[in-house]
Amino acid sequence: MIEGAYDLAEDKGEALAVEGVSVWLSGREILHDVSFSLHRGEFTGLIGSNGAGKTTLLRTILGMQVPTTGTVRIGGSPRGAHGAAVGYVPQKILLDPDIPLRSRDLVGLGFDGHRLGIPLRSKHRRILVEEMLEAVDASRFADSRVGTLSGGEQQRVLIAHALIRHPRLLLLDEPLANLDIRSEYEVVELLSRLAEEQGIGVLISAHDMNPLLSAMDRIVYIANGRAASGTTDEVVRTEVLSKLYGSHVDVIRIHDRILVAAGHEHDGLPAHTEPSVWAIGGRS
Amino acid sequence: MVDALLRSVFEPGLFSSGPVHTAAIIGGIAAVVSGVVGTFTVMRGQSFAGHALSDVSAAGGSASFLLGISPLLGFVGMAGIAAGGMEMIGVQRARGRDLATGIVLGAGLGLAALLLYFDATFTSTTGAAITVLFGSMFAISSSTIPLVVAFSLVALGMILVVYRPLILSSVSTELAQVRGVRVRLTESIHLLTLALAVALSAMTIGAILSTALLIGPGAAALRVAHRPAWAIFSAALIGLGTTWGGILLAYDSYYWSSDHRGWPVSFFVVSLIFIAYLVSGRVGARSTHRAPKPLAIEEISSSPTQSTRS
Repeated sequence: MIEGAYDLAEDKGEALAVEGVSVWLSGREILHDVSFSLHRGEFTGLIGSNGAGKTTLLRTILGMQVPTTGTVRIGGSPRGAHGAAVGYVPQKILLDPDIPLRSRDLVGLGFDGHRLGIPLRSKHRRILVEEMLEAVDASRFADSRVGTLSGGEQQRVLIAHALIRHPRLLLLDEPLANLDIRSEYEVVELLSRLAEEQGIGVLISAHDMNPLLSAMDRIVYIANGRAASGTTDEVVRTEVLSKLYGSHVDVIRIHDRILVAAGHEHDGLPAHTEPSVWAIGGRS
Repeated sequence: MVDALLRSVFEPGLFSSGPVHTAAIIGGIAAVVSGVVGTFTVMRGQSFAGHALSDVSAAGGSASFLLGISPLLGFVGMAGIAAGGMEMIGVQRARGRDLATGIVLGAGLGLAALLLYFDATFTSTTGAAITVLFGSMFAISSSTIPLVVAFSLVALGMILVVYRPLILSSVSTELAQVRGVRVRLTESIHLLTLALAVALSAMTIGAILSTALLIGPGAAALRVAHRPAWAIFSAALIGLGTTWGGILLAYDSYYWSSDHRGWPVSFFVVSLIFIAYLVSGRVGARSTHRAPKPLAIEEISSSPTQSTRS
């Protein structure tokens, strides 16, 4: 365990509570009465197909989108101004190879990038950056330009950037998109370890629950702007997901995988399967 | 021997000439401001906006001859108005922004054409068109120096203030927003410094050529420097070096032919920037793509027998 590590017995406080959140955007309801909570040290997957409302939900939690109804609490207090309480890794962020920024510079900007003036050389800042790079296992490419790193390496640097102010909650929007299988596995392992060691609630959005199943403490499944939450066993069931989708879906467990397939109830077999309703994954 | 060589490089009278002094001071300051601001402009991919601002500022420079005011005020005034206009239009989509910028650029140059025509016909200012569009550094009045210093301090001061938020928002607007950066305000301040930088270099090497001084040193610096502060410093240095080198060569060129027809400074400055950019590509190719060190075998393997080898 690293210094300042999280002690489960000491603090199992609430990292995030979303209560009855609905969001209307240009006359369309994007989110409908979404409620769930997340504790410190918990690794939660926000699973849903593209367009299900995942990004809107993350933006609402971040305070970049005002909910039409409902409330968001972070660390037990109402969502206020942008503060240190939430770390965020945006979706499909493209770091330009032409930007003269080393990994350690980008992590440092996570610490004080919002402040005016030029950064002063402080020992505290340098040590903190060093620690964060080590925590995400990125010391090896600390002095490389971020834009020249691979997708998985960039994710690590962005996670360090988001975590340097020790938030209670870390949000990641589709961090596994465009990663190869090995990097996918490594990023999930890293996030799961960080959640435990640093006592942060981690909420990670993905369209495929497969890579997350081994690490997820809880799941928030979102479809048609509605969400169900709980453990994987509680949520990924035919009854729950059929209600969410508003039509019958089958949840089939094959070996270590879960298959979610749309179909008709009466013939018992999937009549059609859309890629967007497929989710394959793990152990029960 | 050394003395003779030096004398062949620095022609007699170079250091005692008043216009050369003024050109070196004003040109140097404009180059440093352009280098610093331009590094951000290149990083943010706003070179085209910079070019449009300088073309529009040409209209201001042309107007200054009609009004009888300092050309710098004309350049700054018009570039400032254009920056304000671009900020108000505030097109977010890339293509829309490009089109709006291009159309504003065209209108600005058209206005400059009209005003330069008036300059030629009503005030019979000889060479106004050349001065405004291509610059004539040796003809700048030394009385402009205080104004140049003031505008430069404002531009550099604003960059210092928004330094960190500006870098973060140049990397990613979203990351900056989440960090609590007021992105729109930060971008407006950058645009304002851009207008000042463009106006300053429009006065020295001309409105048309000022883009070279704005983005050339910045682009070259991004190829060789690995951190923001070094890139900015290198850009300022490249700007300064090419400008002073250009002044030196232009002064020397007076002695190149027997009829003593010197070549324009702007030509030398822009050529030196072009060379600097090519050279930086060579240097950068060796250092930029420095990949992270691969994991050594012993770091992956837990086997103690392997870890003794290196």
